Amino acid sequence: MELDSSYIDDIQIISVRESRIDSAGAIRFKDAMRAAVAEGAVRVVLDLSQVGFVDSSGLGAIVALMKFLGPERKLDLAGLTPDVDKVFRLTRMDTVFGIYRDVDTAISRAAG
Amino acid sequence: MGDAGAGLLDVTETALPLELTILAAPEQVREALKRLRGALEGAGWAGHELARVELVLAEALNNIAEHAYAGGPAGPVILRIAPEGAGLRAVLRDRGRPMPRGAPPEGTLPPSDVATRALPEGGFGWFLIRSQTDSLIYRRESGENRLELHFRPRAER
Repeated sequence: MELDSSYIDDIQIISVRESRIDSAGAIRFKDAMRAAVAEGAVRVVLDLSQVGFVDSSGLGAIVALMKFLGPERKLDLAGLTPDVDKVFRLTRMDTVFGIYRDVDTAISRAAG
Repeated sequence: MGDAGAGLLDVTETALPLELTILAAPEQVREALKRLRGALEGAGWAGHELARVELVLAEALNNIAEHAYAGGPAGPVILRIAPEGAGLRAVLRDRGRPMPRGAPPEGTLPPSDVATRALPEGGFGWFLIRSQTDSLIYRRESGENRLELHFRPRAER
């Protein structure tokens, strides 16, 4: 699972460099994300703009990451492609994340 | 196209009906979905209509891997998908365990209005299958699970 991590101020931006977060990749995604967020940023923005497909395993892995961060830290999502966005809306998981059009929007909102 | 010999049955770009036999394991499910997508695109499917077929088949195949063949070696699944009017009919057959109580789960959406630590990390599969198909029929026959899924064209929702 390829991830790129960078910081804007103290916000960590993690970009998923994979086209799918599915049952074949969900465990690797979880492991890679846990390692990436171990640096401890309080706000993490997950950039999903290169991900075209998420199934329920991938959705579960993203929810698990949010739970892993715990109540003192925050996970926002950015750049959801239409089919990925739809999975979040159908399952109402769109209501539990901050969801932003792109990373820039997430940064400007999250920074406030 | 034409990447024959990549492990599964050869599929040409306009191959509907499509029949694939795979082992119910995540990597093979992913490969089958890729081929399904190619065949559907060849038959003119695109956008949200194609996405919902791919999502439903992903969930149905993952369920077979995780439940029907749970606790043992990955077993075979035969997937057949064919046009049905303006829509599609998909049939999945496996020789794993029957559905609990002989019927597919109702697919109730897990609650989202709970504390973060109580959020669901699963249980979405049957909700997605049921909400994104127009009808489905499950039968257990001669040691085989047979799940038939019907898709009619929809407006975006």
